[in-house]
Amino acid sequence: MDSLILTYTTFLPLLGVLPILFIPQKGEGGKNVIRWIALVTSILVFLVSLRIYAMFDPGKAGFQMVEFKPWISRLGVHYFLGIDGLSFWLVLLTTFITPVTILSTWRAIEKRVKEFMVALLVLETAMIGTFLALDLFLFYIFWELMLIPMYLIIGVWGGERRIYAAIKFFLYTAVGSLLMLVCLIGLIWFHYEQSGTLTFNLLELYNTHLPRLYEILFFAAFALAFAIKVPMFPLHTWLPDAHVEAPTAGSVILAGILLKMGTYGFLRFAMPLFPQGSAFFTPTIIALSIIGIIYGALVAMVQPDIKKLVAYSSVSHLGYCMLGLYVLTKQGVEGSILQMINHGISTGALFLLVGVVYERRHTRLISEYGGIAKVMPLYSTIFLIVTLSSIGFPTTNGFIGEFLILLGAFKANKAAAVLAATGVVLGAVYMLWMVQRVFYGKVTNPKNLHLPDLNLREFAYLAPLVVLIFWIGLFPNFFLGKMHTSVDTFISQVKVPCKTMAASNEMHPRVPVGYHGHKSNLEHSEE
Amino acid sequence: MEHYIYFIPLFPLLGFLLNGILGKRLGKSFVSCVGCTSVGLAFVTALFVFKDLIGRPVEDRIMVDTLWTWMAAGAFKVDVSFLVDQLSMVMILIVTGVGFLIHIYSIGYMHEDESYWRYFAYLNMFVFFMSLLVLGANYLVMFVGWEGVGLASYLLIGFWYEGNENADAGKKAFIVNRIGDFGFALGMFLMFWTFGSLSYLDVFPKAFEMYEHGHLALNAPVLVAICLLLFVGATGKSAQIPLYVWLPDAMAGPTPVSALIHAATMVTAGVYMVARSNILYTLAPTACLVVAYIAAATALFAATIGILQNDIKKVLAYSTVSQLGYMFIGVGVTAYWAGIFHLMTHAFFKACLFLCSGSVIHAMGGDQDMRHMGGLAKKMPITYITMLVATIAIAGIPPFAGFFSKDEILWKAFNFPYYPVSGKIIWFMGTLGAAVTAFYMFRLIFLTFHGEFRGTEEQKHHLHESPYFMTVPLMILAALSFCGGWLGISPLIGHALGGVPNYLEHFLEPVFEHSQEIVATIPRVEYGHGMEIALMTTSVVVAIIGVLLAFHVYIRRFPELPARLREQYAVYYDLIYNKYYVDEIYFRIFVWPTYYLAIFFWKIIDVIIIDGIGVNGPAWLTQRGAYVFSRVQNGQVQTYGAFMLLGLVGILWYLLRF
Repeated sequence: MDSLILTYTTFLPLLGVLPILFIPQKGEGGKNVIRWIALVTSILVFLVSLRIYAMFDPGKAGFQMVEFKPWISRLGVHYFLGIDGLSFWLVLLTTFITPVTILSTWRAIEKRVKEFMVALLVLETAMIGTFLALDLFLFYIFWELMLIPMYLIIGVWGGERRIYAAIKFFLYTAVGSLLMLVCLIGLIWFHYEQSGTLTFNLLELYNTHLPRLYEILFFAAFALAFAIKVPMFPLHTWLPDAHVEAPTAGSVILAGILLKMGTYGFLRFAMPLFPQGSAFFTPTIIALSIIGIIYGALVAMVQPDIKKLVAYSSVSHLGYCMLGLYVLTKQGVEGSILQMINHGISTGALFLLVGVVYERRHTRLISEYGGIAKVMPLYSTIFLIVTLSSIGFPTTNGFIGEFLILLGAFKANKAAAVLAATGVVLGAVYMLWMVQRVFYGKVTNPKNLHLPDLNLREFAYLAPLVVLIFWIGLFPNFFLGKMHTSVDTFISQVKVPCKTMAASNEMHPRVPVGYHGHKSNLEHSEE
Repeated sequence: MEHYIYFIPLFPLLGFLLNGILGKRLGKSFVSCVGCTSVGLAFVTALFVFKDLIGRPVEDRIMVDTLWTWMAAGAFKVDVSFLVDQLSMVMILIVTGVGFLIHIYSIGYMHEDESYWRYFAYLNMFVFFMSLLVLGANYLVMFVGWEGVGLASYLLIGFWYEGNENADAGKKAFIVNRIGDFGFALGMFLMFWTFGSLSYLDVFPKAFEMYEHGHLALNAPVLVAICLLLFVGATGKSAQIPLYVWLPDAMAGPTPVSALIHAATMVTAGVYMVARSNILYTLAPTACLVVAYIAAATALFAATIGILQNDIKKVLAYSTVSQLGYMFIGVGVTAYWAGIFHLMTHAFFKACLFLCSGSVIHAMGGDQDMRHMGGLAKKMPITYITMLVATIAIAGIPPFAGFFSKDEILWKAFNFPYYPVSGKIIWFMGTLGAAVTAFYMFRLIFLTFHGEFRGTEEQKHHLHESPYFMTVPLMILAALSFCGGWLGISPLIGHALGGVPNYLEHFLEPVFEHSQEIVATIPRVEYGHGMEIALMTTSVVVAIIGVLLAFHVYIRRFPELPARLREQYAVYYDLIYNKYYVDEIYFRIFVWPTYYLAIFFWKIIDVIIIDGIGVNGPAWLTQRGAYVFSRVQNGQVQTYGAFMLLGLVGILWYLLRF
């Protein structure tokens, strides 16, 4: 019995789009109906995705809840969805963040509400689809589909320089994606040459044996597309612009989920498809991750705009994720996946919090604030908790991720771990300095004297994030437990034994990752 | 039945949550009730644990209480679990006991503050994290407490956050501690990949076993590295050179906070950590030597700064840095119990000193400058006597508490088994520091309580003894400062008194058993009783000289002699008065370059090079290129004709060339 749960989760948001299309958005009433429909839809999606949680078996290797239907048979394209321990939490994060985001737009988005909600819901479908697709054709469609709604969200509902930011975002990402497309076709062709079957099935493509040169080349193209999304230094400059110009909801989705597409791309595609290419670039990627960690933190420190500060801090945090992936130890990879979730929660929360004061004051400059702790105590408390999570304070989620990544990194590469760990100090510097300038001191700006504290709606969408911060921080095993098996498989797939690296033409067996869940009988490196 | 240890941290946690969430609405009496009861209950639980512990046979005095598996990834697994042995028992009794007294004191001290609830919530949070720190059964739980107390400290230093310097001080404390924690974390990583665990009960026996079987040499580089990295964390938390700079600034917080966090408990965490890891340090003599030297340098250095401070709390702050140095000398020369002994007596007399200074500041209407005080003894007799007791204790005059613990440390330093010569140098530095300590502490007493009152008329009118909420804890702490040292009387004196045993050393012995075994194998010169008596006499004499000198300068020839000395030695005076300009130097070397590097990265690399040339450059080229080529097609026949002509000429030239 095949379950259709993944299809339901993916396309349910589109079902919500339909009624919205027919509702006139004249007047406050119409807008509210649209908002409610969008919110209810996204909550339903979340509830449906909880079913995935219930059905997921963490002990099973390979993919679960698989749906496999021929789609364009002559090209070997299939409608192929599946979930494993690598994508599991990312999917749930997506379905969780979306309702939170919609709730945050209640008062922030007043014009073209209908179009906005449609864009958000389409985006949700695209994001979930990207995490679930196991057919490269399908993946590429979802991947590119994400671009359009995000482009509109920035370009239509953004700030003053929204057009510049939107075009920059679009072009940057498109350049990477197109190169990836070329190499993707190349990969299909190589596979066709070898096996005689034309297929876009990721699991079959895992077994392609490419000449070393092509592995390196194809990896480079894939890595470029994903590195732009992450974003890795020096491909990050679209991010601050996009974040600053995007409306709050856009920033939350962008930071919370879209950036994870980059790291997920490495995890699911670039690394296991081209292990030797990946090994070839490992030193480069580790170096760039570390530069990203330190550089992002330093540049964040001197930003006058809170949103830009948070944007650069993302560069730093995602540097940790990449480092964790590339040290290829269990602690590193699991820490990295957890850190993706953590970043989604805490940076998402930071953008939401910035949005709260932006709605009240219409400025994001740190210098415009000061002494807010006195005026908005509840807001300040939540901001402080999220700050602690962002700087990796123990008992919050951020600590677990950073600790595991650094612990894993320390084994593989001591120098890298030491350098990366300086980011922990710098993180405290830029966040606490910002907190001091915004919240402490006396209220110097008379406009801030009577700011209202959080209202019930704002509290309602922030509270779940705070709960998650401590939940992950105190009981990370609940989350890590779902990853163990898949991470083992991932590491054995990607780790290139040193000897066979030289003799690349030798046919060393790659792990057959059967989606029917037969066990890969590889020796699991115990670390 | 060991599954009740977790109640010790649980009570303060509940207190924190209750006060934090409901405190604002429920009023001050509710808040004080919850705040004090929670810590009181934690203390009572600790007493029960203590009773349980001493009821057991000596070899069975370890209790472990595991709550849940915290993290597991690959071979890495860490539990949230607590461990009580003799060492953590002593620590938790100090933390909850002294903590309870200071909570009581705070009711009186903070009664007018509008954020009363926030204060007690933070204070309870501190006790919660501190008990995690001392009760954790592995380094990671210790680290949670370690960073957690740092957070509590950050929040309490910046408690009056409307003043920017307070917020600055809080931030400085947090960041400097983070630098230390960076080292601590690396130490944990190295430890895990060396021993495969972070749990005390795995790491320590394994290290000892590896040493016994010859798999781990004495002074193995990896061990030295682990110990030094952990010690980097300790220099941050326990304010040693070079990371001590945050502690004097931390005095911006309310005075009971200075007493509890920045004197009695939190700052001693590093000493506890080293004592806890004693087996690792004993196996790494080089690390011990570094610890002992840094400690001795800190003890002396901070003491000299204390001489010229005018802010009563700053004097005590530098004195704390200096006394922490003594504790580290103790644990550094492998006399772990002596370090813990001094930690305990210091907790008594330094908490007492800070609370007394709080009482003085309270009476002075918030003024902390000793130049405005004088003659307070008559107005505040209880504060005066209790503070005098604590001062005699810290000066190291028998039979007060500080004498026994400090003397034990100096004696053990003199006998440093690994490096006998360095041991003598450290002993000398420590003894010199003791003289300076006696001097600056009595300077404080004389300036504050003796002579004529030098403040304003208004202040003079306002002077009063503090309420009982404040004075009763003072009296209890003064009593402990008087007799707390009798728990650890050295065999020499104990014998002279007719066989008084050394309770504390005996109690702690099993924790340091393996370390003592290793140390015992080191050949060294044994000094007899004669030497011990000589050294003891020296340190007492030296302390008395310090006191007399202070008396001479600040009572007999005050204020003419201090003023003359200041003029005569202006250069040295400025140097010490400005704390050797360490803050300024750090600013120039670390803060300033980092800031400008960040600006450079942002303005030059990010905006101009990457974004300007790398990203917008190609875009600009495309646009300009399109513009240039669009000129060609401007729809004018003349232009087309001209281009045609040019083309013809070109072709003709090409053809006719041959």
